[in-house]
Amino acid sequence: MNERRIEIHPILGLRPERRQVTIHFGDRPLPAYEGEPIAAALLAAGIRVFRKTSKRGEPRQLFCGIGRCTDCVMIVDDLPGVRTCVTPVRDGMRVEEQDGRGRWERERGGGEP
Amino acid sequence: MKQAEIVVVGAGPAGLSAAAAAAQAGAQVLVIDENAEPGGQLFKQIHKFFGASEHRAGQRGVDIGHELLEEVEGLGVEVVLDASVWGIYDGSTVAVASQEYSWRVKADRIVLATGATENGLSFRGWTLPGVMGAGCAQTMMNVHRVLPGQRVVMVGSGNVGLIVAYQLLQAGAEVVAVVDALPRVGGYPVHAAKIARAGVQIYTSYSVKEADGDECVEKVTIWRVDDRWQGVPGSEIELDADTVTLAVGLSPMAELAWVAGCRFLHIPELGGHVPVHSAYMETTVPGIYVAGDVSGVEEASCAMEEGRLAGLWAASAAGRLSVAAAVAAAAPHEASLARLRSGPFGAAARGGKLAMDGRRDEAWGQTLTRGGA
Repeated sequence: MNERRIEIHPILGLRPERRQVTIHFGDRPLPAYEGEPIAAALLAAGIRVFRKTSKRGEPRQLFCGIGRCTDCVMIVDDLPGVRTCVTPVRDGMRVEEQDGRGRWERERGGGEP
Repeated sequence: MKQAEIVVVGAGPAGLSAAAAAAQAGAQVLVIDENAEPGGQLFKQIHKFFGASEHRAGQRGVDIGHELLEEVEGLGVEVVLDASVWGIYDGSTVAVASQEYSWRVKADRIVLATGATENGLSFRGWTLPGVMGAGCAQTMMNVHRVLPGQRVVMVGSGNVGLIVAYQLLQAGAEVVAVVDALPRVGGYPVHAAKIARAGVQIYTSYSVKEADGDECVEKVTIWRVDDRWQGVPGSEIELDADTVTLAVGLSPMAELAWVAGCRFLHIPELGGHVPVHSAYMETTVPGIYVAGDVSGVEEASCAMEEGRLAGLWAASAAGRLSVAAAVAAAAPHEASLARLRSGPFGAAARGGKLAMDGRRDEAWGQTLTRGGA
């Protein structure tokens, strides 16, 4: 798909076949593979800034990749603070860069968080 | 409340081995893991293991992972995934959060096999996108098949740094340099030779001064460090890189042992604060066992042997195996562990575990910050 996707690996062989889906990063549609975490799809698309810190507005992306450090949290389908390295993509998912702690706008269900 | 004879927390090499040993002894075992897939870090380890054939040398971690999973499934062990254990009460009630709900399970015996977490390293620019753990890079390329970066500086020349540097080359990235503040390469010479042959420059007695870039890493500056670990002005080398991977050690992920009231000792050779445990892998809280990196950071081969021991002794304590039978079954695993810890590269762990034995009384003399044994 692109140069960041490892299609052929000398030890692991061909990349396993998976159904392609589309996620939306802001208003930009991005291809993703079913089952992969959001962070992998963003990395493959060359997205380097996942969020900005609340006080200094510094960029952050991935650090641990296994759900421990929360560096990679983003707003996913209106829910802020989602760990993108351990949350699988879903067709039609909306992913947004998170500013600080993000906005909490739950259209579905309503009510206070 | 759900009941289980033995609850194993963590489905990595130690946890799966513990589950297999306990189930083989006839115990009813429940394994809980927070990840969507079992195997812990094994499936990321696409290199061949070292040591003797009894330690599965020559086999790749990913293949060992598949074998262990098959063994555990064949023994009827229940594995619950996507579930985080967040507490242990009275040494026996395990509190779990699944995606949609929270639940508890009453356990006769508990084995904590929660592994370790990667250490960070502070330098100017270390929070920039593009600076990540070596394990993170390994996960992205070997599991998710995405390159974490194109031009990588690896910090740390221990086995993790050397092996992941080689894996980065295999995946198609360029490794610009391997940097280590120590005056010599920390890992096995065979791994260092492999990447050196591929043309990777290894800088010993060098550290990262800073990573620069507007919104992500665009340039990395390294400099020589003197014998007091201070950077030497004028020795800077600028490297054109978009990624920095940190392989600067691991720390035991021991939160659950803390909340359960286990006694700890700080043993640098084992990665920091570790729950004090006996040769039976039991902590200071009766009925709670540890195995693998949480009990002291070592190789996956050691984690699997410790897992077998913890599983055996937990099953024996639960009445599934006579002490004599457990002693007999444990013997080969103990012998194997001793061999794994022999030689210069096992010296740290061997010394650390010995230090723990010698300092048990000290641990009991400490005041706990919260209730416990």
